[in-house]
Amino acid sequence: MYKYDEYDHAMVDARVAEFSDQVRRRLAGEITEDQFKPLRLMNGLYLQLHAYMLRVAVPYGTLDSRQMRMLAHIARKYDRDYGHFTTRQNIQYNWIKLEDAPAILQDLASVEMHAIQTSGNCIRNISSDQWAGAAADEITDPRPWAELLRQWSSFHPEFSYLPRKFKIAVIAANEDRAAMRLHDIGIQIVEKDGQHGAAFYVGGGMGRTPMIAPLIKDFVPLDDMLSYTEACLRVYNRYGRRDNIYKARIKILIHELGADEYRRQVEEEFKHVKSLGIDPPKAEFDRIAAQFAPPPLDASAPDDIDRSDPDFAVWVDQNVAKHKVPGHAIVNISLKPVGGIPGDASSAQIDLMADLGEKYSHDELRVTHAQNIVLPHVRKADLYAVWQALDAAGLATPNLDLISDIIACPGLDYCSLANARSIPVAQKIATRFSDLGRQKELGELKLKISGCINACGHHHAGHIGILGVDRKGTENYQLSLGGSGAEDVSLGTITGPGFDEDGIVDAIERVTDKYLAERTEGERFVDTFRRVGMAPFKEAIYG
Amino acid sequence: MKLLTGNDLKTGFVTWWTGADWSLHIEDAADVGEHGEAILAAEEGARRVNAPYIINGEQTADGPRPAHIKDRIRALGPTVRPDLTLKPADPAAGDWVI
Amino acid sequence: MVEHIHSDGEEPAVTLDAFLSQSNATAVRLEPDEDARALIPHLDRLALIEVAFPKFRDGRGYSSARILREAGYAGELRAQGDVLVDQIAYMKRCGFDTFAPEKELNAADVEAALARWPEHYQGAADGAVPIWKLRHG
Repeated sequence: MYKYDEYDHAMVDARVAEFSDQVRRRLAGEITEDQFKPLRLMNGLYLQLHAYMLRVAVPYGTLDSRQMRMLAHIARKYDRDYGHFTTRQNIQYNWIKLEDAPAILQDLASVEMHAIQTSGNCIRNISSDQWAGAAADEITDPRPWAELLRQWSSFHPEFSYLPRKFKIAVIAANEDRAAMRLHDIGIQIVEKDGQHGAAFYVGGGMGRTPMIAPLIKDFVPLDDMLSYTEACLRVYNRYGRRDNIYKARIKILIHELGADEYRRQVEEEFKHVKSLGIDPPKAEFDRIAAQFAPPPLDASAPDDIDRSDPDFAVWVDQNVAKHKVPGHAIVNISLKPVGGIPGDASSAQIDLMADLGEKYSHDELRVTHAQNIVLPHVRKADLYAVWQALDAAGLATPNLDLISDIIACPGLDYCSLANARSIPVAQKIATRFSDLGRQKELGELKLKISGCINACGHHHAGHIGILGVDRKGTENYQLSLGGSGAEDVSLGTITGPGFDEDGIVDAIERVTDKYLAERTEGERFVDTFRRVGMAPFKEAIYG
Repeated sequence: MKLLTGNDLKTGFVTWWTGADWSLHIEDAADVGEHGEAILAAEEGARRVNAPYIINGEQTADGPRPAHIKDRIRALGPTVRPDLTLKPADPAAGDWVI
Repeated sequence: MVEHIHSDGEEPAVTLDAFLSQSNATAVRLEPDEDARALIPHLDRLALIEVAFPKFRDGRGYSSARILREAGYAGELRAQGDVLVDQIAYMKRCGFDTFAPEKELNAADVEAALARWPEHYQGAADGAVPIWKLRHG
């Protein structure tokens, strides 16, 4: 993975110094909260329900054990002993003091981490495929491109006061494990006539008006990737709406202009921008790519797994994915224990995962947008030892992609933007469906919960989606069906009137019962929904 | 009743105007009546509070109770982590919020 | 270079519309929603382009500035309005060389802001050599 050189260190250190000074000026009253807010947001610091919340960047979801241990250290030293992994592969701490923020950023900088641009109307964390470098289906590792984009977007002087936030994802496989089509820019590295290029999808997003990003350019030569991205951003910065914050994302601009007109404007700007020489030479890409060279994996390592422990076997079947190198596997650590808080991990658990990553995964871990953790390069012969350690720490729930593997935003328990609590709903649903046999019978069922229309829980992209709303002062929950954030991308359809907290759990049970009654061989829930439509489900829910 | 609330600038903790200063405990919150805006402006200007705002509440036997669940969660802490709230030992505290 | 501009003794900047219909103005003011490229045919007539920042959150002026410098404008490029010390470094990178903030800025803060960044990741309008170029020559 990428290691900072002296330039990277100097830039992060400068940012820490800048923000430390901005905090000083805020505490001394030299700047108002209104002036300070965009500055602290550009350093990932929110003011939330209970305290300040700090969102630390995990660039494209990749980190090593030393960094993971620092995340545990921060939880212990500055917070309440836990962190929350997010739907953009980052981590959040909920109990941060403003006066501690400079010290925290210094601690992070000591291990090549930061909170730069994890909020604010600027380019956010570049996300990617959590199985990059390990999955058999990728045509290349997308992360060197993500790193190139990360550096290009960091402290970008022209794009730091955009109309709204800007999220970019980069993948390199046809299977979309990063919800790429629901980003402001989604880039897929593709192959054409023996060459690699970048397909640009621009204008996706969730929130109040969810949209799937249309294909803007099917093949951008990789040498032009930064210039093309710059052109996309410049058109947005100049023409994105600034009159209404709910209409300020690039998806609205593209929707209003039409994809063809947006493309035309980008092409014109690109022709100009290309002449400026902002694209780094291949040597820079090669320098970065070399740091993502595959770890030394022994392909002759034993390929069989001893399944005699039945609990281990269950976990292997659900949570362990195929690695491109024989004798190895991708371990998915679920942070969704039944009845637990989705995405949360204690500092002890984070330390344990760091140890496992170091010992068993060539010192590499990943954060997924489904709020789970990945050990990407584990020898099959080590799986049992890994599982035992995870199991002892409450990290071996064998529910990857099952109904209890819920994506849930922090909701009204933590977030000042929320209208309803999301975590208790997740807990109740997981508890209702706690029987593993029942979950496996239901199969792949991606359930996502957002506590407000901002959709940080990605509910529009849920096979089953839940949106918490405020209905005359009480919490109410809208149910939607048929969304997907994968390559079969679709937006969920609302079923009808909403429910209270217990009502929504019952409604979901009626939905899953109906699925079991309607499905044909091999059909996932979302496939059955797409085949039979809303009507049978609506009838099952509302009678 | 009208309650004035905000966050402590340095720590971010939720605070409640008592009539004389700021408290972490909603039990100490005072009814600011018609004077909320003036107090808010003065306290925010002096940086004794950050992001203050005025809410509706009602006086109950247990003390002031904010009208909106969001502010009750702010007053106590996250409903899903009773151990992190201001009343970790009180099993009934969550009922007060909901 | 951070000036607190007084209007006497300086030719007033006319609006874009006025400039485009007038032959002798040498200073123009560009609002956030106006197209900087409309000035490109006339850059050699201009000694001053003032880019308005009515609200510091509105970042359109950064693009306007870069576009003008990319087109070869060599005159004075001024950021005017809700200009806070925390935006000065980015503004300079985008090609601004003078600043007319509505609220006076602390000179020491400005100096610190301008000295903050040792290098830059990306090419912009200030001619700074980006880090990737320093890495490879």
